[in-house]
Amino acid sequence: MADAGMLRFHVPEPEVRPGGTPDFSDVTIPKAGSVPRPGIDVDPRTIRDLAFSIIRVLNRSGEAVGPWAGLLSDDELLEGLRHMMTLRSFDARMQMAQRQGKTSFYMQHLGEEAVSCAFRKALAPGDMNFPTYRQAGLLIADGYPMVTMMNQIYSNEADPLKGRQLPIMYSSKEHGFFSISGNLATQYIQAVGWAMASAISNDSKIAAAWIGDGSTAESDFHSALVFASTYKAPVVLNVVNNQWAISTFQGIARGGSGTFAARGLGFGIPSLRVDGNDYLAVHAVAKWAAERARNNLGPTLVEYVTYRVGAHSSSDDPSAYRPKAESDAWPLGDPIVRLKNHLIQRGVWSDERHTQAEAEILETVIAAQREAERHGTLHAGGKPSARDMFEGVYAEMPPHLRRQRQQAGV
Amino acid sequence: MIEAIRDAMDVSMARDERVIVYGEDVGFFGGVFRCTQGLQAKYGKSRCFDAPISEAGIVGSAIGMAAYGLKPCVEVQFADYVYPAYDQIVSEAARLRYRSNGDFTCPIVVRMPTGGGIFGGQTHSQSPEALFTHVSGLKVVVPSNPHDAKGLLIAAIEDPDPVIFLEPKRLYNGPFDGHHERPVTPWSKHDLGEVADGHYTVPLGKAVIRRPGAAVTVLAYGTMVYVAQAAAEETGIDAEIIDLRTLLPLDLETIVASVRKTGRCVVVHEATLTSGFGAELSALVQENCFYHLEAPVARVAGWDTPYPHAQEWDYFPGPARLGRALLETMEA
Repeated sequence: MADAGMLRFHVPEPEVRPGGTPDFSDVTIPKAGSVPRPGIDVDPRTIRDLAFSIIRVLNRSGEAVGPWAGLLSDDELLEGLRHMMTLRSFDARMQMAQRQGKTSFYMQHLGEEAVSCAFRKALAPGDMNFPTYRQAGLLIADGYPMVTMMNQIYSNEADPLKGRQLPIMYSSKEHGFFSISGNLATQYIQAVGWAMASAISNDSKIAAAWIGDGSTAESDFHSALVFASTYKAPVVLNVVNNQWAISTFQGIARGGSGTFAARGLGFGIPSLRVDGNDYLAVHAVAKWAAERARNNLGPTLVEYVTYRVGAHSSSDDPSAYRPKAESDAWPLGDPIVRLKNHLIQRGVWSDERHTQAEAEILETVIAAQREAERHGTLHAGGKPSARDMFEGVYAEMPPHLRRQRQQAGV
Repeated sequence: MIEAIRDAMDVSMARDERVIVYGEDVGFFGGVFRCTQGLQAKYGKSRCFDAPISEAGIVGSAIGMAAYGLKPCVEVQFADYVYPAYDQIVSEAARLRYRSNGDFTCPIVVRMPTGGGIFGGQTHSQSPEALFTHVSGLKVVVPSNPHDAKGLLIAAIEDPDPVIFLEPKRLYNGPFDGHHERPVTPWSKHDLGEVADGHYTVPLGKAVIRRPGAAVTVLAYGTMVYVAQAAAEETGIDAEIIDLRTLLPLDLETIVASVRKTGRCVVVHEATLTSGFGAELSALVQENCFYHLEAPVARVAGWDTPYPHAQEWDYFPGPARLGRALLETMEA
């Protein structure tokens, strides 16, 4: 009753806008190793606090500490580092290719490489991801050929999707990567349906759903949580909180909820927050959630706390809505630098080897790019035929499409 | 017709264990129209179950199941409630094959009761077929009798692409010609109420001539097939009545052959007039039969208002309204 009277309309605002000094003092970062690791069959009611903390493994000295550490060998970590470096190099080249007019559009992962690269290594063959447009690390870490990705980006004659899809909207059933829609959040409930189907079929495969912080506001996110909770679907429900939905800060989608992970609590779904820039933490939490799913313990919601260092897409300019130096102030650092420092600290890596690896990876990416460009780019060289446009709408082409194809003269 | 629809799912579930049936009230209770009665008891809770009240969730999860390799046949309780699932149908189910170049496909069936005539008001009476025929990648089916309903539904379940299956709810318990003041005729007294046992299909994309005639072609589907028959009898006009059965893909050949023969065409549907499926039919007839036409193509449809409650029979395009259009078309 204290504040009765004229009603006031509330619109959340980020702490800082362009021109201001970046400030993440409100982001509480728990010490690495401080969050406990419960058994996978834990009663979700007893771990509600994990939805408000951040699970971290790598500390500031580059050491892996605490109960979530120790799952990966040095060789596996070196491979993970290579995946992240490859994704970053791939992004840089493709972003440049877009600027050179070789394709219409691109979306990069800068700062978020650990999330998809580490997650992929927690899955088993046959599992299925339902990704957003910012999880190409799932493909890179699974050995999907970069040339094929580039062919898709260029919509060239070798594009596996025949030029029908916007760049980076890959699809590979073989690599457990569901066709990217471009419509937001629709894939979240589809992932739950896929997981339900696996359970109905008494299979052993699990699904992983992916969504960004902004799209959790879509109703498909909420129906996915209902279905996952009701049917105890074997699915890992991932929320990548990279702080920004194009120009909209995460507070607009989050509202009064303390965190995105907390969204899962009302559904009785174990919900964890993890340092998304910590390769080891991402992998450990993903592994925990995947094991729960595979052991008929149902869904897990995981919020990856990270930061979108780059623009939303090649059509976006972040300097219009956030301070330029904000990414430097981000308190969880850079995922590649952090894993690199850890490996140096373990004595299996060095600055020299890192620089050398960077050069080697760049060479590999450039070679892949050359090969892809031999098949054409969006506006030059080989491209899918206009006839392809009419194929694949249905399994069998109906008469009206046949007539239209004739009319088009292709 | 309810039994025929249930039988189609029963036959399909028995033949193929990938067929899964679910929706609101569909499991234990067997659906508000009882179309799934007994399926849970027969096939178990893994293959026929209740879903949360979330049409987007029902269709979205079905798409995921289809991507896995199952063949879900889901129910939306009323076509009026399908809109929360519209994005999943339009942007996802319809385009999955195309956008992934066949890497993933979406063999799902979305069943829903459609149309009015049961005093359902504006939330239990709509006919949204045109919202689906406008979408490339979908198939749209509207049966008009038990024999076709079973054969078309089995064909839809076996189809490799997504099918919107609209069941005219006023036909569930018998053919209805719009004469609401008369007693209901049960299907047992109608030729097409006879449904063969076991497996058979009625192919998608094939229309059928329900009443041969020489004077004018009537293009109808669902409940309007019976309204057209009543209008032809009451006006004494020798109308040829085509039951389209599948709206997408459309059997243009049968339509064109008939209109070229009769030289006249009236299109009838219960859905609202503007941008309705009748507009497409009318345009196709004009494009393909212009030099055979002796009168403008007429459309008889629901008025462009929400479906009213008390004024149901003023809204419903019954035999009197269609009869007037037939007479005008004959005089033109």
